Amino acid sequence: MSDERAPELPRDGGEYVGLRLHETLTRTWSRPPGLWGWLSTTDHKEIGRRYLVTALVFFLLAGVLALMMRVQLARPESGLISADRYNQIFTMHGTTMMFLFAVPVMEAVAIYVVPLMLGTRNIAFPRLNAFSYFVYLAGGVMVWIAFILNVGPDAGWFTYVPLAGPEFSPGKRVDFWAQMVTFTEVAALAVAVELVATILKQRAPGMSLSRMPLFVWAMLVVALMVIFSMPSVALASSMLIADRLVGTQFFNPVERGDPLLWQHLFWFFGHPEVYIIFLPGAGFVSQITETFSRRPVFGYPVMVLSLVTIGLLAFGLWVHHMFTTGLPRVGYSFYTAASMAVSIPAGIQIFCWIATLWSGRPRFEVPLLYVLGFIVTFVIGGLSGVMIASVPLDLQLHDTYFIVAHFHYVLIGGAVFPLLGALTYWFPKITGRLMSETLGRWNFALLFIGLNLTFFPMHYTGIIGMPRRVYTYPEGLGWETLNLLSTAGAFVMAAGVLLFLVNGWMSLRSGKLAGPDPWGAATLEWATTSPPPPYNFPHIPLVTSRSPLWDHPGQLPVLTGLRIEDREYVLTTIIDAQPDMREPSAEPNSWPFLAALATTALFIGSIFTPWAVVWGAIPVAIALIVWFWPGDLAPAPEPVID
Amino acid sequence: MLEPRFSGDLAQLPTHAFGHRSLTWWGVIAFMVIEGSFFIMAIAAYFFLMNQEGQWPPEPVNPPDLLAGTLFTGLMLLSEIPNTIVKKASESERLATVKLGLLLIVLIGIVLGVLRALEFKSLNVGWTDNPYGSVIWMLLLLHSIHVLTDWVDSVVLAALMFTPQGKSPRRMVDVSENSLYWRFVWLTWLPIYLLIYWLPRWIA
Amino acid sequence: MSARGQALLAASVLPLLSGCDGVQSVFGGDGVHGEQFNNLFTLFLWVCGIAYALVILFLAAAILRRRRAGPAEHGKGLARTLAAWLGFIVVGLTMLTVASYLTDRDGAAAATGNLRLQIAVTANQWWWDVEYEDPLPANHVRTANEIHLPVGVPAHIKLESNDVIHSFWIPNLAGKQDIIPGRTNDILILPKKVGVYRGQCAEYCGQQHAHMSLDVIVHPRATFDAWRQRQLAPAPAPANPLTLAGYNYVTSRECSVCHNISGTPASGKVAPDLTHLASRRSIAAGTFPMTRGHLYAWVADPQGPKPGNRMPYVGLETRELHAVVAYLETLK
Ligand code: HEA
Ligand code: HEA
Ligand code: HEC
Ligand code: CUA
Ligand SMILES: [Cu+2]
Repeated sequence: MSDERAPELPRDGGEYVGLRLHETLTRTWSRPPGLWGWLSTTDHKEIGRRYLVTALVFFLLAGVLALMMRVQLARPESGLISADRYNQIFTMHGTTMMFLFAVPVMEAVAIYVVPLMLGTRNIAFPRLNAFSYFVYLAGGVMVWIAFILNVGPDAGWFTYVPLAGPEFSPGKRVDFWAQMVTFTEVAALAVAVELVATILKQRAPGMSLSRMPLFVWAMLVVALMVIFSMPSVALASSMLIADRLVGTQFFNPVERGDPLLWQHLFWFFGHPEVYIIFLPGAGFVSQITETFSRRPVFGYPVMVLSLVTIGLLAFGLWVHHMFTTGLPRVGYSFYTAASMAVSIPAGIQIFCWIATLWSGRPRFEVPLLYVLGFIVTFVIGGLSGVMIASVPLDLQLHDTYFIVAHFHYVLIGGAVFPLLGALTYWFPKITGRLMSETLGRWNFALLFIGLNLTFFPMHYTGIIGMPRRVYTYPEGLGWETLNLLSTAGAFVMAAGVLLFLVNGWMSLRSGKLAGPDPWGAATLEWATTSPPPPYNFPHIPLVTSRSPLWDHPGQLPVLTGLRIEDREYVLTTIIDAQPDMREPSAEPNSWPFLAALATTALFIGSIFTPWAVVWGAIPVAIALIVWFWPGDLAPAPEPVID
Repeated sequence: MLEPRFSGDLAQLPTHAFGHRSLTWWGVIAFMVIEGSFFIMAIAAYFFLMNQEGQWPPEPVNPPDLLAGTLFTGLMLLSEIPNTIVKKASESERLATVKLGLLLIVLIGIVLGVLRALEFKSLNVGWTDNPYGSVIWMLLLLHSIHVLTDWVDSVVLAALMFTPQGKSPRRMVDVSENSLYWRFVWLTWLPIYLLIYWLPRWIA
Repeated sequence: MSARGQALLAASVLPLLSGCDGVQSVFGGDGVHGEQFNNLFTLFLWVCGIAYALVILFLAAAILRRRRAGPAEHGKGLARTLAAWLGFIVVGLTMLTVASYLTDRDGAAAATGNLRLQIAVTANQWWWDVEYEDPLPANHVRTANEIHLPVGVPAHIKLESNDVIHSFWIPNLAGKQDIIPGRTNDILILPKKVGVYRGQCAEYCGQQHAHMSLDVIVHPRATFDAWRQRQLAPAPAPANPLTLAGYNYVTSRECSVCHNISGTPASGKVAPDLTHLASRRSIAAGTFPMTRGHLYAWVADPQGPKPGNRMPYVGLETRELHAVVAYLETLK
């Protein structure tokens, strides 16, 4: 049955424009005040901010651990940190950086920015979004409390069995690691689902796939990669817990279980994971390069193609982490070739970014500096990656500091630099104020110098034989000076990070006011105020090209007619984004929070008794049912069945 | 601030639609893909461990008894009939049929639950005995969770249908997606049924 | 910028020029795969170095080139440049892939010589159990944390683990090979130079992963045979009251439960064989050099220098300690 126009339902447009519209929409879209309101918000901006802050705190904590490791390794035979502590420290450093910082922080930015870039009022499944945040928070806090109580995981961030099995890791340390994985996977998968739905169904009318900003493309690929890769590690960690808690035999060699099964399951996730971390970075780089070269990114179609190719290839080369396990030789060359093939799309991307700078009129402000730093350092990491993709080279370099050098170059150069650039870039959108340019240049310089000073020597440290994951090393093998350099570099980086914090803090209170579009950018998030109102856009934008804000200076084509006294946004068709449906958006509600609490109780309980899974499931079920129980019927004359 | 240039109106758009037009559908599909990857990984683990073993099932274990599992499979397949009816009915918004169909599915679900319990009894191996035992327990458990969740979902929807909520066409979308998920549940069962009950017989 | 490119080259080509550097370097080139590895590495370095230089040059040009005022141009030549770049990458990658495939293949083929030495290495948390196999059980030699090899003779090493995953790695002689419980892996080593090298466990295996290294001594053929002969001899009988006291303690008390000393009642199997302990270069898998002081330190409290290792604190009285160490020192 059709939905005849209903004058008595207020909609935007007509008499509802400007201030009047603003007041109504604000009433409709803001959350109840107070703590309970805070817990029950469904605003993607608010939740995105929380994700962001939490992830950055985890980055700082893991960074402090890194400093501890560097202090311990500064001198040979140094006894500052005991073997047992050191092993917990490097495990927590890697685990925190990968699971609690790198992946969540990228999702955080996406949760905040993507709906704005797409010109919609909120993310899809906003309550799931709230839920995912609390679950992620709980997982991170749990493992860190465990660490502080000296039951931190100590089997490395990929926790190989049988070392991590019941026989060689008695106690609860590894269980906390495995449950942390469960927490973070649940959160990451939830966010991935939201992003896919948002990106495919909630793009502003007219924003066909071929007009989608490259960052959104990157996040679409990333979300799909999460969906296909994370189940693998979630399953593996459940099997590990089962081996440890209820005596299954999956990985127990004595019973003909197989330790290599763990390695396959882990790296089938673990490799895509690293591109899950890198591709959002590539997305940031595209947006920043476009804005600061004042031209659309060169070779948009090739860029999209490269993103997709990387996403696909990523699932075909996990074995390059297992070259030394003695699998059948023949298979290896395939994975070598596959690993190297990634250089093709990667190289194309690098070219297109530089080409954009070349043919544009670049303004070298801080975000662009981070892009330059990214190119200069990421390529080093990428190339060392190509080296270790070769079996004969990797048989020597595997598990040495050469690897450590490789992955810090790609992780910091390829993900952290773009991230810091992106934070500087969107800071005004999120806070309404610009970050200080001078401080920005300084902390960039420090980080750039620090990164190279810390990790460039490590290539050589590895070549002359220093294995990773050693809490100390003997004198006289030529490792002393190189390690000292790395330690010095780490502190330079620390200074850089500290300065970035200071910059953020000061700009927050006294930074220059930004206005809606401080950079003269092209994408929709800059079409609304900074910070955006709870409803994001007074009217839904209508998109006619890849760079909407550059087409009609001073003007923005919009569509009217959404209800404004209920939360409503527009769904569009998947390919060419034709307006298709009006969709109600969930009201604030504290059940996602309660569901998260129940889930937390279940997960943590199950570390201590398998029965927690049974009794724990009941509150979870109740919470979910109440959560999904629909509110009042839509008011007449929206359709009902008679 | 940019000047809005009014270029059209959305008021006439519908507020619900079925299939890929609806957001719920995409949510359900996404979760099916996730669950699907879980199953694929678990199945991969099954074959991996099978290669490690000399024979499958390892001495002295016998393959699971067929009865319960086969009955379960049969009923599962039959349940697709009411399931299709409910799906069609929801999409043409015939509330009465939907109510009856959902109730029937809930009842079938209970029987399935009983059969599934018997299946666990008929595996002839404990999960602690050897990797074989561990992996078939895992497969069966993994699938049981899906049966359970979708059953609960059906119960909730059935209840909803008897409240004023039932009158909202958007609930019909939910019903249709629930039927879609049920299809996923029995489709994924078929390979697992073969792996648990038949493969060990064929290669033994 | 491209200074870093050169730095990259320099940092890694240097040791190539300066030849074998350090007793634990992948550039040692003292094993048969040695110069193949170095050549392959240099090839990678060149291709990657050129790729990097090109990137940096293009970037520098993009930054520095002077632009006319007016709207952004829309890169006409760029598409062609991209094609060329793509070509370069594809060619470069093909070269590298083929090269490493070939190296890998000869690597596998190379070390197959006619007469072979059969060695079984069993990894434990955190020490290496080393056995020289021989058709005659009488010629069977067992030692620990130390491997002796005759130069120019391929050694076939069988690798097994008693507990977790370890990795067998003697950089100067060959790449690494993981040791996975429940599986038997192996590696072929063909040393080409006489010398002393250091190997180290290269897979994280728990608390003392850092102290799980291995002394490797490559002898001329003759000295190797002499060494092997010496190893076949049982432990010498104690010659004076002090060593006798030590002998009595070691062979009758806790020690003998775990350690084996051929020719004595001490026949434990779960710990390093001590028959020729004093002839070894280091104590506890490279934790210390073999000196009297360190033997004292170790026997007095093994948990001090190597916390968590599987040898418990035994708590000898000073008198016993002197005796035990004196006796251990006679185990040449
Ligand atoms: C952001 C994360 C990230 C990224 C992007 C990459 C990118 C790559 N990585 Fe890396 N990698 C990690 C994170 C990452 N890696 C981590 C964390 C580990 C360690 C895990 C652990 O053990 O703890 C690891 C480990 C790792 C290994 C295992 C090493 C070992 O343990 O023994 C290998 C082996 O093949 C590898 C290869 C590669 C390759 C080929 C790429 C390629 O994608 C690189 C492609 C990019 C370029 C090549 C540069 C740009 C291209 C050009 C300039 C064109 C010209 C190039 C040529 C002509 C060659 N990586
Ligand atoms: C995104 C991922 C990421 C990032 C950003 C980093 C950043 C750093 N990492 Fe690490 N690292 C990993 C991922 C990452 N790492 C992984 C996956 C491993 C493998 C673990 C394993 O083997 O299992 C690893 C391992 C690893 C090792 C090897 C340990 C070993 O094998 O024994 C080392 C050693 O130097 C190291 C060092 C560093 C340093 C110096 C930084 C620096 O860049 C850190 C810079 C940041 C800071 C210095 C923080 C500054 C903080 C302050 C200034 C305090 C502020 C005060 C407040 C709290 C308010 N990392
Ligand atoms: C419970 C078993 C156990 C007992 C009892 C024991 N050891 Fe050990 N011992 C070990 C293990 C295991 C190692 C290897 C430790 C390592 O390197 O990680 C070892 C190492 C040694 C080493 C160094 C060997 C080498 O090759 O580096 C010496 C010497 C030694 N023990 C002497 C003794 C003496 C003397 C006693 C008795 C006072 C003793 N052990 C009692 C288990 C034992
Ligand atoms: Cu043995 Cu590391
Ligand atoms: Cu990888």
